[in-house]
Amino acid sequence: MTSRLSAIALNTFREAVRDRVLYNLILFALLLVASAPLFGQISIDIEHLVFVNVGLSSISLFGVIIAIFIGIGLVSKEIEKKTLYTILSRPVRRWEFIVGKYFGLMVTLVVNAALMTLGFYIALLVTSGKWTSADGRLLVPIYFAILEFLIMTAVTLLFSSFSTPIFSAIFAFAIFVIGTFGDDLRNFAGAAHGITKWFATATAYILPNFAPLNVIGQAAHNQPITGSLIVVNTLYALIYSAAVTAGSVLIFERRNLK
Amino acid sequence: MKRRNTVTIVAAALLVVLLTGSVLARQRVEGLRGKEATLEEILYVPSGEALKRMSLGYSSLLADIYWTRAVQYFGSHFDQNSTRYDLLAPLLDITTDLDPHLIVAYETGSIFLSQSVPAGAGEPEKAVALLEKGIRENPQYWHLYFTLGFVHYIDRKDYKAAQKAFDTGSKLPGAHVWMKVMAARMAERGGDISTAIALWQHILDSNTDKAIRENATMHLASLHADADIEALERVVHIYFDSTHSLPREWSDLIHRGILRGVPLDPTGVPYKLTPDGTVTVQDLSKFKFLGEFRSNRN
Repeated sequence: MTSRLSAIALNTFREAVRDRVLYNLILFALLLVASAPLFGQISIDIEHLVFVNVGLSSISLFGVIIAIFIGIGLVSKEIEKKTLYTILSRPVRRWEFIVGKYFGLMVTLVVNAALMTLGFYIALLVTSGKWTSADGRLLVPIYFAILEFLIMTAVTLLFSSFSTPIFSAIFAFAIFVIGTFGDDLRNFAGAAHGITKWFATATAYILPNFAPLNVIGQAAHNQPITGSLIVVNTLYALIYSAAVTAGSVLIFERRNLK
Repeated sequence: MKRRNTVTIVAAALLVVLLTGSVLARQRVEGLRGKEATLEEILYVPSGEALKRMSLGYSSLLADIYWTRAVQYFGSHFDQNSTRYDLLAPLLDITTDLDPHLIVAYETGSIFLSQSVPAGAGEPEKAVALLEKGIRENPQYWHLYFTLGFVHYIDRKDYKAAQKAFDTGSKLPGAHVWMKVMAARMAERGGDISTAIALWQHILDSNTDKAIRENATMHLASLHADADIEALERVVHIYFDSTHSLPREWSDLIHRGILRGVPLDPTGVPYKLTPDGTVTVQDLSKFKFLGEFRSNRN
């Protein structure tokens, strides 16, 4: 089972690495990170702040875009090229195919994030000319961005398991937007009454909440991020993405592929 | 087939268990973040104009979101009996920068701002600034003048400004007749009796609605009586200065040539001269608003 999963994951990673879209996005993200010092120069006394905000936001946003653009084709491409039938005719179970795809995309995203982080830190070192302990703390928002990718990859794969690539992209992006306003949705549920309250609360809990994962502002202002928040955010991201992947397996198992 | 069914059952069970787990984990996250989870007390982009450019043309949608945030910010602080609403004015400013025609943000937002703490932010000056911005952007919307007059009257006690707002708004197309009524009321409050009488007279002359006409008649009667009583009390004062005693009846004043005859109120009934030299009407029920003008002015 483990070998089958790792084989699918590795192939997914290889396929993603060959994708030109991926390189275009990484290049664009790196350019944006590198241009951050220019943004800072046209303002007053916020060079470092702008650099950190633009750099970290680029890593997070481009990671999500890559997750969506590669994730939407994970299942449909295999069906389109008829390679899925070859895979499933071997002793590979459908759930293994889905979980393998998930891990493959996650590896891709972690590698991308690592590359962008490297670019970010090189640019930071070049612009500030020194390394401080506060710079090390900027790894926390990058880690949270990876947790965000965990969830977004699972969500994209869920839509990809039953929908066309274009609709999967639209649905996944909509979930991402709603998730960034997760706190507002929760507050709305708190302020509502009657059936609206129940409906809003259920929606708020079923949809992902990316707000606690976005600590870029705090990190840029050098505000502390507690260890317990890191732990519970990790737990939340792992459990939620596992739940959504279980949903994908459930759909894909029942899907008629004839 | 049997294996697929087993996978389906396991996946469904996992889905339920993991979703429940994610809800519990999220509650832990919310518990940790506390108040921060409601609305951070920082505006990372404090400029509405900058946000408008960043919204790529979807500024109206963003304005709706910011308006929702303003309402939630106010609601959460109100529930906590907060004495500080620091972000309320900037949130409303950003909202109305993003969508200058979002009338509700001006109307309701200004009430949030103007009410005294803890019911509101206790910032009537900012409420006035917000409404004036709304009027600049929506000059034909008379409701904004009504709210402006309300804020001036209730929270700023600036009756002249309130009267001006109601009066200006009442001249706009579609303005409710009560705008004129309120303008007249403000004139009373502001101590300007002649303006109040003129405005109430205009309401009486320009309206056919029975209730409004009755109300205007009642106000006019009270205002005329107020003016008469002021004049009569001055006459009593003149009598006292010359005789060093207070008049017992109107005839005392008539005999000394200070009055030509017994003074009558607007309903035709003689005014009542009290032993302490003050003047009033015989039937107070016919002068519902009697004394209001004079007491507010004082």
